[in-house]
Amino acid sequence: MPVTVTERPQRPQDEAPEREKTRRFGSVEVLALILIALVVFRVPIAAKVMEFPGLQTWTTVFVSVMVQAMPFLVFGVALSAVIAVYVPRSFWAKALPKHPGLAVPVAGAAGVILPGCECGSVPIAGSLMRRGVTPAAALAFLLAAPAINPIVLTATAVAFPGNPEMVVARGAASLVVAVVMGWLWLRLGKAEWIRLPHRPELDGMSKGQAFWASCRHDVIHAGGFLVLGAMAAATINVVVPGKWLQSLAGNPVLSVIALALLAVLLSICSEADAFVAASLSQFSLTSRLVFLVVGPMVDLKLISMQAGVFGRRFAVRFAPATLAVAIVIASLTGLVLLS
Amino acid sequence: MNRLAQGVILLLLGGSVLRATLGGDQIYLRYVKESLQPFLIGAGVLLCLTAIMTIVNEFTHQKHEDDGHGHHHEPRVGWMLLAPVLGILLVAPPALGAFAAGRSGSAQLQDANLYPPLPEGNPAQISLLDYATRAIFDHGESMRGRTVKLSGFMSQGPGGKQVLTRIMLSCCAADGRPLKIGMEGNVPEGVRDDQWVEVIGRYSATTEKDPINEGDIPHIEVIEWRPIDPPRNQYE
Repeated sequence: MPVTVTERPQRPQDEAPEREKTRRFGSVEVLALILIALVVFRVPIAAKVMEFPGLQTWTTVFVSVMVQAMPFLVFGVALSAVIAVYVPRSFWAKALPKHPGLAVPVAGAAGVILPGCECGSVPIAGSLMRRGVTPAAALAFLLAAPAINPIVLTATAVAFPGNPEMVVARGAASLVVAVVMGWLWLRLGKAEWIRLPHRPELDGMSKGQAFWASCRHDVIHAGGFLVLGAMAAATINVVVPGKWLQSLAGNPVLSVIALALLAVLLSICSEADAFVAASLSQFSLTSRLVFLVVGPMVDLKLISMQAGVFGRRFAVRFAPATLAVAIVIASLTGLVLLS
Repeated sequence: MNRLAQGVILLLLGGSVLRATLGGDQIYLRYVKESLQPFLIGAGVLLCLTAIMTIVNEFTHQKHEDDGHGHHHEPRVGWMLLAPVLGILLVAPPALGAFAAGRSGSAQLQDANLYPPLPEGNPAQISLLDYATRAIFDHGESMRGRTVKLSGFMSQGPGGKQVLTRIMLSCCAADGRPLKIGMEGNVPEGVRDDQWVEVIGRYSATTEKDPINEGDIPHIEVIEWRPIDPPRNQYE
């Protein structure tokens, strides 16, 4: 979804207050009307949802994904506001190697310290770019952070008690994909693909005001796209029955492709995906590794959030490229470590 | 969407997260693990603070914004945040039940290698996961001569027979996987799907395969059963 930012045309002073008034009346009034209508029709709406088990399950899954993601989104947004407001630009110049080619692996490895799922890392990566971090390094961080942090790797170890090599394979393959994507961006990426959304000018404000303005902007923005992604994921969850997968498990190539696509469509949190992978027991370990490497890097809610935070031109190139690189590297890692 | 509307939406969002977490009916347990509660409270408080600061700033810094440099055109996608608010406050859908369980393969069980004696009491109250692991990997050895009490809801199992079911979560309902236990002996009759029942029974050596994912479904020999209200936390 394109995010167009139109500058409000400058008006003569005497007209401005009136325009301000009518426009303001606009969205708040619409909001109030929607809410009143929903409170009035609350009972029939809720009853209608309960009538259809599919719709009811859809609502449960959608609300669950949102509730689960909310702490990660809010803390990610708060951290990105801290980066935007309190960490001076000069810090990043000192912390990361000068050469962008070296900054990429350093930023990827730094993902270890962010224990969260993918919803939080999108606004953080956006904030890093705004503060002058080279986009390639910020992207390597974006891909690595949700996949290689200690919580996710511990969850993987718990889900695969008989296969400790799965943890090593997941960590190694994810880090390699993140670094390769960073380097690819250095060679092929174009700065104009990334269009960070217009953000309120923070410079004229006090630090406190700037912090809250940044939080508000990011929650509304990234959160709105998270809703779209969560809706898509809930739809897949309800529409695709588990039986379909059974028929694909026998073929080594098809099973890799099937689980890669499933990871994209299901959009499960990286902290939980290992348990889902473990229950896909009819699939080979390599295809399940692909599921675990692809999921935290490319999925519906991430694509939606990336389109919102970095622009659609970025997302249509970056997501498919990451998917292809992740499938290839995870399959190779699986061949080496898991067979 | 202007900033005031954004502030209101943030307040609704934060408020609904706090309502789900702190409300007496604890509806957040229908969607996520109990351990997420402190983080949900933190997130809800931060959202409300952001909303309050937005609304306060909007009223106190009116002049500053009106000098022709105000950028009020914020993305329409922010309206989508009303969807989870409505989902929580108006619909508050129930925990996953028979519909979801009937479409997903049985959870993958793991051999615990060590099976301590059952808890005190005859029948001993244990979870479906505990029963299934003892039945599949320990072949019921640790349950020999004992009766057990299980609670779960009814759903359709293999061959259209009802199974005792409980959904296991790792994070949220999107990753829920059902645990299914087949029943024989004095099986519950005339019970609709999604109804919760408590079953007292003993180990049965029968197992079958879930046609959805070839997962193991152990059986229990039911001695007696009764319908019950759903427990506070419906997941395992």
